[in-house]
Amino acid sequence: MTVTTLGIPRRLLEFTLDGEPVRAPEGTTLLDACRSAGKDVPTLCQGDTLTPKNACRVCVVEVEGARTLVPACSRKAEAGMEVRTDTERTRHSRKVVLELLASSVDLSTTPEVAGWLKEYEAKPDRFGPDAARVDEEPRVDNDLYVRDYGKCILCYKCVDACGDQWQNSFAISVTGRGFDARIAVEHDGPLTESACVYCGNCIEVCPTGALSFKSEFDMRAAGTWDESAQTGTTTVCAYCGVGCNLTLHVQDNEIVKVTSPHDNPVTHGNLCIKGRFGYQHVQNRD
Amino acid sequence: MDLHFGDSKPTDEERAAVDALLGPPESSWEGADRSDADLRWARGGRAARERRDLLLPGLHAVNDRIGWISEGALDYLCRRLTVPPAEAYGVATFYAMFSVKPRPATVLQVCTDLACAAAGASELCAGVEARLGLGSGVGVERSPCLGLCERAPAALAVKAGDPVRTAVSAPATVERAVLAASSPGSAPEEPSAALAVPQAGDPSLMLLGRVGVVDPASLDDYRAHGGYTALRQAFAIGPAGVIREVTDAGLVGRGGAAFPTGRKWQATASQPDHPHYLVCNADESEPGTFKDRVVMEGDPYSLVEAMTIAAYAVGAHKGYLYLRGEYPRALRRMEHAVGQARARGLLGDDVLGQGYAFDIEIRRGAGAYICGEETALFASIEGYRGEPRSKPPFPVEKGLFGKPTAENNVETLVNVLPILTGGASAYAAIGSGASTGPKLFCVSGSVDRPGIYELPFGATLGELLDLAGVRGGLRAVLLGGAAGGFVRPDELDIPLTFEGTRAAGTTLGSGVVLAFDDTVPLPRLLLRIAEFFRDESCGQCVPCRVGTMRQEEALHRIVERTGADAAADITLLREVGRAMKDASICGLGQTAWNAVESAIDRLGAYE
Ligand SMILES: Cc1cc2nc3c(=O)[nH]c(=O)nc-3n(C[C@H](O)[C@H](O)[C@H](O)COP(=O)(O)O)c2cc1C
Ligand code: SF4
Ligand code: SF4
Ligand code: SF4
Ligand code: FES
Ligand code: FES
Repeated sequence: MTVTTLGIPRRLLEFTLDGEPVRAPEGTTLLDACRSAGKDVPTLCQGDTLTPKNACRVCVVEVEGARTLVPACSRKAEAGMEVRTDTERTRHSRKVVLELLASSVDLSTTPEVAGWLKEYEAKPDRFGPDAARVDEEPRVDNDLYVRDYGKCILCYKCVDACGDQWQNSFAISVTGRGFDARIAVEHDGPLTESACVYCGNCIEVCPTGALSFKSEFDMRAAGTWDESAQTGTTTVCAYCGVGCNLTLHVQDNEIVKVTSPHDNPVTHGNLCIKGRFGYQHVQNRD
Repeated sequence: MDLHFGDSKPTDEERAAVDALLGPPESSWEGADRSDADLRWARGGRAARERRDLLLPGLHAVNDRIGWISEGALDYLCRRLTVPPAEAYGVATFYAMFSVKPRPATVLQVCTDLACAAAGASELCAGVEARLGLGSGVGVERSPCLGLCERAPAALAVKAGDPVRTAVSAPATVERAVLAASSPGSAPEEPSAALAVPQAGDPSLMLLGRVGVVDPASLDDYRAHGGYTALRQAFAIGPAGVIREVTDAGLVGRGGAAFPTGRKWQATASQPDHPHYLVCNADESEPGTFKDRVVMEGDPYSLVEAMTIAAYAVGAHKGYLYLRGEYPRALRRMEHAVGQARARGLLGDDVLGQGYAFDIEIRRGAGAYICGEETALFASIEGYRGEPRSKPPFPVEKGLFGKPTAENNVETLVNVLPILTGGASAYAAIGSGASTGPKLFCVSGSVDRPGIYELPFGATLGELLDLAGVRGGLRAVLLGGAAGGFVRPDELDIPLTFEGTRAAGTTLGSGVVLAFDDTVPLPRLLLRIAEFFRDESCGQCVPCRVGTMRQEEALHRIVERTGADAAADITLLREVGRAMKDASICGLGQTAWNAVESAIDRLGAYE
């Protein structure tokens, strides 16, 4: 989280990060420590408003004495640890994990991943033309948002956001197992027959664009989506008295989607259906 | 939490199946007829959430009675347990034994795994499928190892109904498998568990000594053969005394990871958080492993007694026996033994009149190898998908229901009996080096007398294979099951100890010894291993979910290739394998490449 909670003072731990001694408050994850020290570690399933599931394994680092690599996003720092973030071993695993992901799903709308693929010299093509992919038609079954599981990396963020970490609607979960595991609603039906309340909090946290606004999906299909031409304006939702912050993404004088700042201490980026999707009245000019 | 249910209603039979487990619904909110009292009825908070762990038994109840789980049945179960239907659907689709689509009431699972494949499983499958085609009312499914490898090839028929009927056919012929599937109720009784123990009756056996000797249904017979002296001894020396004995005996876990049992118990016992739990891991789904089944079928009370001692040592008043779903006879025998022990005051509020309360609940798995992984097993019991989590925190600190938990394998636990009756030093004198005591080995494949062998640690692989009557033309031996490694026929002097196998660059794992002669096509075998892991991956982490798929694809490409033609794919396999070993969350992904790697390096599989 980007908000700093000023709780009771915590004990400082000392450990080494890439050979340099560092101090961090007790309870700090290795990822926090890396970021404070200005080190770059790639992450996908970690999200600033959620407890990570540590399932993607791109953030793995080496901890002296551990048999396997450990996920920096979830492992808490301990006094005396010797952590290395950029060794041949960590680079190898990150490279292969990126290759495995990029060969199985469409990462074209995942921010930053293109840079990591280059940085780690990943070659997703080397598994051959017959490598199994999650090639699924996007599910367009309502007017608000689209589920395109051909882009889903199974980071579990949407499940956690819809479930016990934020929304408590429990409309979606992981089904099946292994390579056939997918995010789905109950009985794998359409969203409209599920417990979904269209808060859009799952879209807010989805790192890949597998979940997207119908408006964005349609504009991308029409070739008119242009992020560089968009402006973001943060304002207060006009619907009720809670006062959630909304960021209106505007392209060509039209609101194209609504997000919410994650560092808002009240909402942490979560909204309800009205704040998230109820923006048509703003631009109804007839 | 505001649960949403669709319009699907359960049939009367589905409702009856659920109600038989949970009792009748208390209110229309739970699916009963509407009454005035419903307006003032609420179940919330902890009372609602605390029933989540009945989800897996509930799914079994429906699947057993109907053969599959419909939307209406799932929704009804969710209403009764206050579980969101999306989550329950995620759980139901996780397990191989459940179906969320209609299917025939009778399902015949035909094992196509390593020992069965070597014993002609593909012909069996083809023959069975030809006889039980469409319209026969039987669904034929290919299954991973059924834990009957000593009688390979094996098949298991399950006929839904009230009660559900099961029949095992092993060694199976097309005739016998078809018969078992068409009338599982009248199929002949399986051969005695003792037949899986070629040494049965040998008085020197410490772990298998009672198998074939006692009546597995009789508590009196168990007591007449030394049963419950170990528990008396435990009460005499107290929990700390038990832990001391087990530590001094040098007992290490037999479930595959070889962790010192005394240390695990001490760590659990000393946790300030309460309650503590004991879990016995009887999931046994490692291909080639069947020892826990034979112990449970042949000497069930020994496990009840051993669990009681372990629970007493770690301060647990409740124990769970997580028993693999494909073991119908072991389940019946354990249910009977637990019931008898309870009726006779050996379980319950006042065990043996010592003022110590302990009881055992049996939970059935539903066809998922991954649920043998300790943290996945907790999730499975709790009613979640059987997905492992990263450690730390370790189970001794945060295990079942987030509480301190000691989890042990069946074989590990029954070792505690001779430790307590014979004393730690006598036990520690058996075996060699850091591996003390007796060890069970599951021998199958190209041998004349497949079965479970009990030998002191330190016997060599060759000695074990001689006992089992290894056939000529030995090509390779797989040690430790699918997660283990292959060794060559010229390596038979490897001592069967944890340190000896480690020194030889291989592993003992759970004690699997699968012998393959030169008629077995090695690349096909490796493909089967890869297929197993791809099928059994929980799908949570990328290196395993996609890596096992890429591994299988590469092995497919080189199944008929050698040398330079295979080189590029072998490089690919090595790179992916290394990342799987290093970056996967749990042991499944971390070991899924071991056997293939050893076949390439030690056997020259593609040269
Ligand atoms: C994928 C996987 C499957 C496992 N399956 C089993 C099993 O079926 N039975 C078992 O006792 N241990 C199994 N284990 C090992 C357990 O996680 C755990 O180490 C063991 O039950 C601890 O008991 P022990 O200390 O008595 O060996 C498995 C581990 C992994 C990673
Ligand atoms: S929109 Fe809200 S309720 Fe619907 S699936 Fe996403 S998080 Fe859950
Ligand atoms: S849909 Fe998005 S948030 Fe959900 S698991 Fe897939 S990638 Fe993650
Ligand atoms: S290694 Fe495989 S089985 Fe284990 S958590 Fe990862 S995906 Fe699941
Ligand atoms: S970001 Fe750490 S495992 Fe995904
Ligand atoms: S029962 Fe078929 S391989 Fe074990």
